[in-house]
Amino acid sequence: MAETKGQTVKMTRPKMAVEIAGLQFKNPVMPASGTFGYGEEYAPFLDLNRLGAIVTKGLSLNPKAGNATPRICETVSGMLNAIGLQNVGIDAFIQHKMPFLEQLDSPVIVNFFGNTLEEYVEVAARLEDVPGVAGLEMNISCPNVKHGGIVFGTEASAAHEVVSQVRKKTSKPLIVKLTPNVTNIQVTAKAVEDAGADAISLINTLTGMAVDVKTRKPRIANTIGGLSGPAIRPIAVRMVHQVVQAVKVPVIGIGGISRAMDALEFLIVGAKAVQVGTANFVDPNAMATIIDGLEEFCQYEGIEDINDLIGTLEV
Amino acid sequence: MKNHKTIILSNQEISPGYYRMQILAPEYNRLAKPGQFVMFRVQRSLPPLLRRPFGIFRAGYVAPDCDGMPPKEFIELIYKVVGSGTEIMQELHQGDRIELLGPLGRGFDLGEPDEEKILVGGGIGLVPLYMLAEKMVANSNVRLLMGGRTRDDIITVTEFERLGVETYVSTEDGSLGEEGLVTQVLERKLDKYPNASVYTCGPMPMIDAVQKICASRGTSLQVSLEALMACGVGACLGCVVKGVGHSDENPQYLCTCKHGPVFNAEELDWSRLEKRDADCGGCV
Repeated sequence: MAETKGQTVKMTRPKMAVEIAGLQFKNPVMPASGTFGYGEEYAPFLDLNRLGAIVTKGLSLNPKAGNATPRICETVSGMLNAIGLQNVGIDAFIQHKMPFLEQLDSPVIVNFFGNTLEEYVEVAARLEDVPGVAGLEMNISCPNVKHGGIVFGTEASAAHEVVSQVRKKTSKPLIVKLTPNVTNIQVTAKAVEDAGADAISLINTLTGMAVDVKTRKPRIANTIGGLSGPAIRPIAVRMVHQVVQAVKVPVIGIGGISRAMDALEFLIVGAKAVQVGTANFVDPNAMATIIDGLEEFCQYEGIEDINDLIGTLEV
Repeated sequence: MKNHKTIILSNQEISPGYYRMQILAPEYNRLAKPGQFVMFRVQRSLPPLLRRPFGIFRAGYVAPDCDGMPPKEFIELIYKVVGSGTEIMQELHQGDRIELLGPLGRGFDLGEPDEEKILVGGGIGLVPLYMLAEKMVANSNVRLLMGGRTRDDIITVTEFERLGVETYVSTEDGSLGEEGLVTQVLERKLDKYPNASVYTCGPMPMIDAVQKICASRGTSLQVSLEALMACGVGACLGCVVKGVGHSDENPQYLCTCKHGPVFNAEELDWSRLEKRDADCGGCV
């Protein structure tokens, strides 16, 4: 095998399709929530039907104003953001944004969040019968305002509770997106699996902070923000690796992916798919380039089906 | 709007800290409107991670390489070195490969012909006003009021004059033109031409002062705003400003990149506009 590597040009293209929680993706690449708007923003630059799936900006029960500006700043190989989950609200989304998404071939995964348990449940319920919604991705990195602002995803019991309640209200494939700001990611991963999650995606942003030394002010208005971009990739790969060891449900890897080689790291440690975030801002065509790169890699390595690559880490 | 992988034609310092970059830019001379911007990226470079937004100074054609070849389109950016991104940009040379996403955003509305037009530019904020002046001089009297801290901040004024624009320079230290703020000049000009329309771009404190003057006189005003942004296409929501009627329950955020960078003054909630200067070196 080693001798023929890269030398034969295969006539057959490698199979790129993956399946997660009963959903068929034509390839394992999709946008990370919050970096791709509601899809339509990127339609001028990228054929949305090339993507494995579309993941929407996070939706809440009511429209959300978001934080004061400045909301973003660049850090070394990364960016801090505290947008504040600004969104149009679930009803406006269904009415105004869904018709565009519905006509796409790629399955649409709606990301949602709440600040109380009841909000989570209500948003999931409203999405239950919406045509074109293939699956849900639940962001549990939000503070629970009824319980002193403790982030749902940082306590295994709270994570378990909120996922269980949502699970009862939805028959759609349910992906739970984990926050990395925990002591032991395996504990939360097991808790949400036990609560009925069909898949797990990680990592959300790491909390961070940057200071303008001249004004001595935080560089973003919210003081603390979420760090994303290439800077966080090794942490993300480590956490995906740990979660893959701990759970049986499929895992979607996220964190600093900007090239095919980055995506491959996640697939090799066992992620069945990947989400691309900050890279979309840098290059609106980034995901198409990554998809092409994955296919080229498989051809070069003589891999006929990308599934044969997933979880092949040698330690 | 497209992402072009292209090359730099020239990159020169035109005043201390200010650079002018000419870039091969297919379609821009035909498509770019005054006030629009580009997201600029140094190819294969990291850092900077994010693209930087820059207003388009002007667009045109370069002479073809040989007879019979179609002329190639270019754009010019003018930027001030203020941070890590522009520090890298000042080191770029002819032939260096870069990427341009654009032309992006909503540009200026040219207004009615034969109307008096007053352009107010502060420092690097002058950049998007040039293309506007180019279009306006065809059918209006155009006056440019250009302000800066020192003479170093006064750039490209002679090029405006060559278009036939009447220019008035003021500097805070009096090193060039009148000593004082550009807004003093604006008040005088509006006394003389009360029906003029005003178009402005510059640092936030200047824009804010211009808005107050125009609002008190009922003068029509278009502003081009600067903002920090990651995507330039309305996805990251990093560059939002509050629109009129904004409230927490009913958010009326406008994206500087998509709904702007040019706004009619009455579209914005000036009492709640972020007054901190984005200071991003000529970015939108």
